[in-house]
Parts: sequence; C-alpha cells; structure tokens
Amino acid sequence: MKILVCISNVPDTTTKIKFAEGNTSIDTAGIQWVINPWDELSLTRALELKDDAANGIKSVTVIHVGPATAEPTIRKALAIGADDAIRVNAVSSDASFVAAQIAEVVRKEQFDIIMCGIESSDYNGSMVGGMISELLGIPSVSAISGIKFENGQPVMIREIDGGKEVVTVPSPFVAIVQKGIAKEPRIAAMRGIMMARSKPVKVVEPVQTEPLTTIVEFEKPAARAACKYIDAENPAQLLELLQNEAKVI
Amino acid sequence: MSVLVYTENWDGKFKKLSFELVSYASGVAKMLNTTVTAISIGKVEESELSKLGNYGAGKIISVNSEKLLTFDSQAYTSVLSDISLNENASVIIISNNNSGKAIAPRLSVRLKAGVGSGVSKLPLSLNPFTVYKRTYSGNAFAHLVIKSEIKILTLAQNSFDLVETGTNTKIENLDITVDGSLLKTVVKDVQKQSGKILLNDADIVVSGGRGMKSPDNWPPLVELATLLGGATACSRPVSDEGWRPHEEHTGQTGKIIAPNLYIAVGISGATQHLAGISASKYIVAINSDKDAPIFEAAQYGIVGDAMKVLPKLVEAVKEIKK
Repeated sequence: MKILVCISNVPDTTTKIKFAEGNTSIDTAGIQWVINPWDELSLTRALELKDDAANGIKSVTVIHVGPATAEPTIRKALAIGADDAIRVNAVSSDASFVAAQIAEVVRKEQFDIIMCGIESSDYNGSMVGGMISELLGIPSVSAISGIKFENGQPVMIREIDGGKEVVTVPSPFVAIVQKGIAKEPRIAAMRGIMMARSKPVKVVEPVQTEPLTTIVEFEKPAARAACKYIDAENPAQLLELLQNEAKVI
Repeated sequence: MSVLVYTENWDGKFKKLSFELVSYASGVAKMLNTTVTAISIGKVEESELSKLGNYGAGKIISVNSEKLLTFDSQAYTSVLSDISLNENASVIIISNNNSGKAIAPRLSVRLKAGVGSGVSKLPLSLNPFTVYKRTYSGNAFAHLVIKSEIKILTLAQNSFDLVETGTNTKIENLDITVDGSLLKTVVKDVQKQSGKILLNDADIVVSGGRGMKSPDNWPPLVELATLLGGATACSRPVSDEGWRPHEEHTGQTGKIIAPNLYIAVGISGATQHLAGISASKYIVAINSDKDAPIFEAAQYGIVGDAMKVLPKLVEAVKEIKK
C-alpha cells in the first residue's frame, strides 16, 4: 500500500499578514513558511501507520504544487520521515488548478490512500481533497479525525454534525483529515534532517488548466471597538451591558 | 436561471443553519432577479419542508431515497448535480460545514463551477461575480472573482441573519435513480452526542483556557454556559492536555465558530485561537493578565482571577434569571 500526502506551503500561523501591490497580494517579506498544520498532522499519521509493519505500507510520498522556493518545506516533510517527494513546478492559482495537478500525478503513479488536510491556513478553501477525488472518480471521506487498519483495511472516524461515525470505503480513496488525526505533529530529528538531503524530490511540469477563480483584492478585517473594562468585583455590571447594550443575553 | 440551495436536515428536522442558507440564497436571488429552489435529501415531512418557504424558497425539491440514508459525497454530488442542471442553476448555495465541504468541491468539478468558500456576505458585485471570503484564517478577507458560468458559494455558519419573506412555495417530491455504484461509504458505527447544544449551533459559548489551571475547575464554567443556554468550548492547550474533549477545541485547527457571544475565560488569545473565534459578534475576556492579547479582540473585559470571577458571575446570572 502506498500513501500520498498532499502538503501546502503556508505562512507560519503567527504571521501578521500585510498586503502588497495595492492590496492585490500578500507581502511575503519576512514570512516564515511552514507545512500547512492539517497536512503536517496528516503526514504524522501516515508515518505512524507505516511504522507498524502489520499495516503493510510500503511508502509515504509527499506532493506539493509550487515553485522551487517551496523546497525547504518539502525537505522538512522528508526530514520528518516521508520517503520521497513530488513537486509540481507551478505557482498555484486556485484550488481547481492544484487539484488538477495532483490528480494527474495520481493517475500516473497510483497511490492507495491520498491524504489531504481539510483546509489550508492561507486560502481556507477546503476544496482540494474533494476535487481530487471527483477528478479521479474515487471515494473520499471528509473530516476524519482518526484512521487505523483493521484486517488490512483502513477504518476511519468521520466527524459529523453532533457526533462521529466509523466508516470504511474501498481503496483507492482520498482521506480529508481534520484535527485529532494525530496527537501532535512529528518533529524532525537531526538524523532525519541529514537523511532528507539525499531523499529524492521529483519535479514534474504542470498540466494546462484554467483556474475558475481569482483573488482581485485583500482587505483587513473590520476593526473592533476598544474593550470596556468591568470591575472584577462586580460582574453584574457585565451582565447589564450584555443585556442592554450588546443585547446578546 | 435560478439560485439553488442545498438544505441539510438532522433526523428529518431543519435547524437555523438551513434557514440561514435559504435566507442567503434569497438575498442572492433578489440581486439576480430570479427565484430560489431548495433541495432537501432524506425523509422530511411536508410541514417541515414548507418552513423553507418562510425564508424565500419558491420551490422545494424533496429527494427521499433509501439509498441516500448514508452520507456519501459521491452519491449526494451526483443527485445535486443532476438537479442543478435540470433547474438551470446559475448559483448554488451550500453550507460550509463538514458535509458542505465534502460536496462543494465535487460539485465544482462536475459542473466546472468556481467556488467561493466560507462567504459571510452577499456577493459584492455580479459582473464580475465577486464574493467576500475569509482568508488567512480570518486575518484577511479576499474579494474573489468567480469566472465560471455556474458559481458555488459555501456559507459560513452564523454569518447571515434570517430573513422571513413568507414566499408562496410548492413542494415537489422527486423520484431520482441513484447510481448504486457510487455508494461506497459503509458506516460501521455511529456515536451521537445527545441533549447537548452543539458548539457550531450555539448562540452563546463559554470557553476555558490554560488560565483555568486544572480540569477540576470546570464546573462553574459549565454552569455558566448552562445558565446562559450556551455551549462550552476550550483552547488548544486544554484539549491537547486532555482536560476537555477535542470536539471543544476552538481555534485555527479546531472549530471555527461565530456565536453572538463568546466568553473567553483564562484564554490569552494567541493568533491561532483568535482565528477560530474572531467572527463572534461579541467577545468577553476574563483574564488575570491585563496585557493578554484577548483584550484587544474583546468588547468587554474583566481583569481578574477566573476562579474568583466565575462563581460571582454565576451568582449574578442566577440573580437576573429570578
């Protein structure tokens, strides 16, 4: 069994976002780039599954759609433990573009489980995993917070509104993962960092596809009014404000 | 041309989320000078279906097939895609919840329709079709132009006010053949929370952070939430420590919520936490550190020890409930 983990390269989650070029793009100066948090958890879980020989996972490959500047993020994934990597050499334009690229690679290389984070912390689209599965005509299970093997078959926990379901689908399939899939992201050890240098990163050229959407402008969220402080000894005053000023209780 | 809206039901009942979706669809339809068709999948009584009319659905298509009892995104997409084409839909509205996130991207591929995900306002313009969408986990909003002929919008929960219009509505029961080969999801077990207000549905949320100091200190927080008719939540360190279940984690990688009132107790307000709660209409912060960043996001603040403030707050709420 082969696992493919899709990784997105995003600004570190503590980044103060600034705009450039007349608010049409993000100012990338000084940004620390990291593996999208959900993708990092996916990768961690994929590696944990591979660690247990009984699961019969031959390899964990990571794929990224992006320019050569994303190499450090790919190397980080290899340092954490991925066996090899594929980079589709293109600046991604929207989710439909990214999904088309990954689907094309899967058609050629065959993977049994394709893991995607449920969203990326930059565009917050939640689209790529579902699009890949539809392009390939294969099942997907969305919002999974657990995956393990039972009798050689992957069994997942799917989060639904107000509960959980234990589900299975036949392979190949796309697993769209949310928080809970792994406890904490795996951290690269020195040995892993050394080994990552010699692991293969295959660069493939993109297929032509027209993006369906484009961002024309960014804006900051609306500023909030300054905080009104209430005396800690008199919380009744808070309730008074919530009742009569905010009118929320 | 019409605006199509997929309304999910829970054991045959709609909830606020469904009515929000129809209200939003009506707003879009008004801009386009067209009508709203709502789709419901599953066993829903006529009296329940007709409620969608109150929010502007002129037509309701009800699909009730045994084969669709289990949620399978491939099968659901196939049904929605067929109806979209039949109805000549130009805009399709879906929730940005877990099932919406499973359906929208598949529908996008089928219909070659661009998606504006997590919208919280009506489109900014029709030509070009531009929507306002959350990006960078709430640290920026984008004006996104959708270039395709059919557009899919996923609506962020609790972001749009209900609008009652009292439209005349007709219900159509659609017998649809579901391609059995698409039904690949097997549900082996279901665990449902019962009797609890779901975090995503709650108008009021009381949330605890590391400042609560120990899982044993939660009772007054839970009591406050119960008295206010709200749900409980927590910050990431709290769920990572196992003090509270991970379903309660609100923040960038946890649940993204938008209640009317969010009360943050002992939460410092890291960027990642704010990413999950910044769409709340009002934020109250209770924290012993007066410099905690949560006070910058809050409209009301109490600087003080949570363990001392919470019991007093509980007493004060009991007093006004009398």
